[in-house]
Amino acid sequence: MTRRDSYWAEGPLPETPSPQSSPAPWGTTRVVGTRRPRIDAYERVSGTAVYPSDVVLPGMLYGAILRCPHAHALVKRVDASRAEGMPGVRAVMTGRSKVADLDWPYSRRDHSKLFDPHCRHEGEAVAAVAADTPQQAADALRAIQVDYEVLPFVADERDAVAAGAPKIRDGGNLAGEPEVSERGDVAKGFAEADVVLERSYRCAYEIHAPMECHGCVARWDGNRLTVWESTQGVFRIQATLAGMLHLPLTDVRVIGHYMGGGFGSKLQAGKYTVIASLLARVTARPVKLFLSRQETMLCVGNRPGAEIRLKAGVKKDGTLTAFELSSLTSPGAYEVGAGLLDWLARDLYTCPNVRTESRVAFINAGPARPMRAPGHPQGAWALEQMIDELAEAIQMDPVELRLRNVPKVSQARGGKPYTSTGLARCLEEGAKAFGWSEARKKQQQNGRYRRGVGSAACLWIAGGGGPPSTVIVKLFADGSVNLNMGASDIGTGTKSVMAMVVSEELGVNPDQIRVENADTATTQFATPSGGSKTVPTESPAVRDAAIAVKKQLLALVAEEKGWDPADLELDGQAVVSRTDPQRRLPFAEISRLQRQRVIVGVGYRGPNPEDAVVNPFAAQFCEVEVDTNTGEVRVLRFLGAHDSGRVLNRLTYDNQVFGGITMGIGFGLTEERVLDRRQTGKMLNANLHSYRMPTALDVPADMVSLPIELGDTECNTTGAKGLGEPVTIPTAAAIANAVHDAVGVRVTDTPITPSRLIGLLAVAHKEG
Amino acid sequence: MGSVTVSLVLNGEQRTFEVPAGRRLLDLLRDDAGLTGTKEGCGAGECGACTVLLNGLPVPSCLVLAASCEGADVVTVEGLGGDRPLHPLQRAMVERGGVQCGFCTPGVVTTGAALLEHGITEPLEQGRRLAGNLCRCTGYSKIFEALQAAAREPGDD
Repeated sequence: MTRRDSYWAEGPLPETPSPQSSPAPWGTTRVVGTRRPRIDAYERVSGTAVYPSDVVLPGMLYGAILRCPHAHALVKRVDASRAEGMPGVRAVMTGRSKVADLDWPYSRRDHSKLFDPHCRHEGEAVAAVAADTPQQAADALRAIQVDYEVLPFVADERDAVAAGAPKIRDGGNLAGEPEVSERGDVAKGFAEADVVLERSYRCAYEIHAPMECHGCVARWDGNRLTVWESTQGVFRIQATLAGMLHLPLTDVRVIGHYMGGGFGSKLQAGKYTVIASLLARVTARPVKLFLSRQETMLCVGNRPGAEIRLKAGVKKDGTLTAFELSSLTSPGAYEVGAGLLDWLARDLYTCPNVRTESRVAFINAGPARPMRAPGHPQGAWALEQMIDELAEAIQMDPVELRLRNVPKVSQARGGKPYTSTGLARCLEEGAKAFGWSEARKKQQQNGRYRRGVGSAACLWIAGGGGPPSTVIVKLFADGSVNLNMGASDIGTGTKSVMAMVVSEELGVNPDQIRVENADTATTQFATPSGGSKTVPTESPAVRDAAIAVKKQLLALVAEEKGWDPADLELDGQAVVSRTDPQRRLPFAEISRLQRQRVIVGVGYRGPNPEDAVVNPFAAQFCEVEVDTNTGEVRVLRFLGAHDSGRVLNRLTYDNQVFGGITMGIGFGLTEERVLDRRQTGKMLNANLHSYRMPTALDVPADMVSLPIELGDTECNTTGAKGLGEPVTIPTAAAIANAVHDAVGVRVTDTPITPSRLIGLLAVAHKEG
Repeated sequence: MGSVTVSLVLNGEQRTFEVPAGRRLLDLLRDDAGLTGTKEGCGAGECGACTVLLNGLPVPSCLVLAASCEGADVVTVEGLGGDRPLHPLQRAMVERGGVQCGFCTPGVVTTGAALLEHGITEPLEQGRRLAGNLCRCTGYSKIFEALQAAAREPGDD
């Protein structure tokens, strides 16, 4: 198991059979590619959608978790006797409770206890209660007496590797040996270069902060458990619960029809999921356990920050000769993954000599979880600023330097070709649409407000999707359709996109297609929605299922009417002839369909091409205005040119582009988990007031989404590649490059806060 | 804790609730009235997910004591449309793609409906007043678009 293993899967994945069809790519489409509102937008906008946190059951209790207030401590004694006797309190659970004596798998390679007496981060679970009301549960937590032995802590990965640092894991503060990757000879590459630059970059830790907090409602019926969880993947929650509670999979039902955002932090079950299930079992009552906003900021994930040192060489003609990158990062106190910082340096540009060394250290902070393109925005922050600096050093336009080094193959995978790479077109067409050349030729600016433009590019290591996926499409006698798939719609519009795929094949209006999804009892297995793989994974299976329905329907009409099945097509609730306009049989007149009442089609996801890599590519461009008196950066406009294969729904596509850019603006300008590095190790901004996500005032009015469609016929049968993650990868680096263009200062640390920038401006002014 | 009786007009209907004295308006709406469209995102007035109209003004219902709402007029996302299923802004949000995961949406459309009601159509001013409604999905641009679209079609509701 390496740090690069796919983070959305747990344990062996089921193999699904081969698809029954191998359709040619769509030619002209009727529905696919258009701009269509979400099929469940009414539910979401009217308040009628029931999110897991809205679930209320008769007799339901409220669970709450007592959390360690220290960054690093040993639990010496827990006295819950007072809490147990308080009004409304139905259960109290601690590490000494037999039912809760369970191993907690932080990952496949790192375990602790559900209530571990060694608390290695602020917010670690120490005890839990269930009570009639949330207030009684909160009171009960306060009445639990815990004696802690407070231990020395480490709150920063740089401190973790310093001499004499407190040891927070028995094996030391480093998670294994540094991971090294190497190709070519970097010494030779630097010797060949006309310009060699070496810079240090730092990225702050970012918090996912989805609007719905993490949590669930758990209910037992005898030995069967049902859990409503705010999750990106119900089947993974099911697997974790069944494994930990020793239940057959069929007795664990997880439902997640709606969920209020995840961004990677809800791919997995939380301790809260298991604790709620245990509290429900011991009380024989349903239990609702949702975390507070503060708890979510401490305990359920973050994007690891990073120290990145990057050395790069370039020839005067723009040939990149070598990259040498070393990084240090931390997943918190457990080995839960904090990699991929070096992937862009290894794969984005043609470069024969690359060496990367990645170190991962433990610190006393909440465990990381994958966050929207793990490692990539941090890697882009370093690489894409470096590319700009190299371009400046050889007096070349930075877009031109990128264009000169667009790779034809995936160098980090031994030279495998990509099924398609739109990087060059993203750069060229993006620059053109943005007005890059004109914007670069601006006048010298001397006033208080100075404008600049910046660009950055990326690819995303995944985004091709793949098996397993099984989908069922049912066509009813009246022509309406049920689409049954296990995948969650995490707000990206998955349900709507898949309904459009069915509509394309069956000619049924998307409004007449209902989607049943994200329920382990009633839908087919799907991996969690993450990795920008939901559309490329599910849409080919959906297309296969719809084609299976179509084939059956055409066959029975052909039989009934004696028509040639090869001449038949579906159009507007009728079977029609391609050649004879007289032959048209409405669904209502197909007697077999009316007797049968339903046609069921099963579809599967076929494998990706073995000898090629499926990755999305992108380039983003922005313009900023810097207030040189205050250091404030205002983002004036942004353009995202994205090659994510075929656009299936232009509206939800643009949503991803604008949302991803906005999250990148947060990463670049405002977001930072602040730990008290010196005195307590505690998080100082575990709330939405001082942890600053972009608001409506922080986004540019002028945002443009420019899809670059190359017509990838190799990647899968719908031609779609992933989008949700690449949209946030280059954003912060593009802003940093624009800030440099505006005021001539390189900001190497995120976030570019006014105080940081004004300090750098002052230094630059002093140095003249 | 003792209980109090609160009578208020909720989505146009006169209602009376017997609630604990410490009850938040948010809990009265979600737990006592069963109107779960109003969401809780932080419980501290920082995210705006629980925004409702209190006497016509958008407020975070997690910071309002139910007992203080005696005689008040409260409108939640479920009541924004009045006699119609949806308010023009809700319809525009559907059409323009202002909704993604949808968890912030009830608060956003409630604040937005108040902006339109008060004739605030200038985007920067709208931004100032929407800045208390956090959205992690959309990047706000489609929300602004929906506000502009709804402002152009006020008559047809």
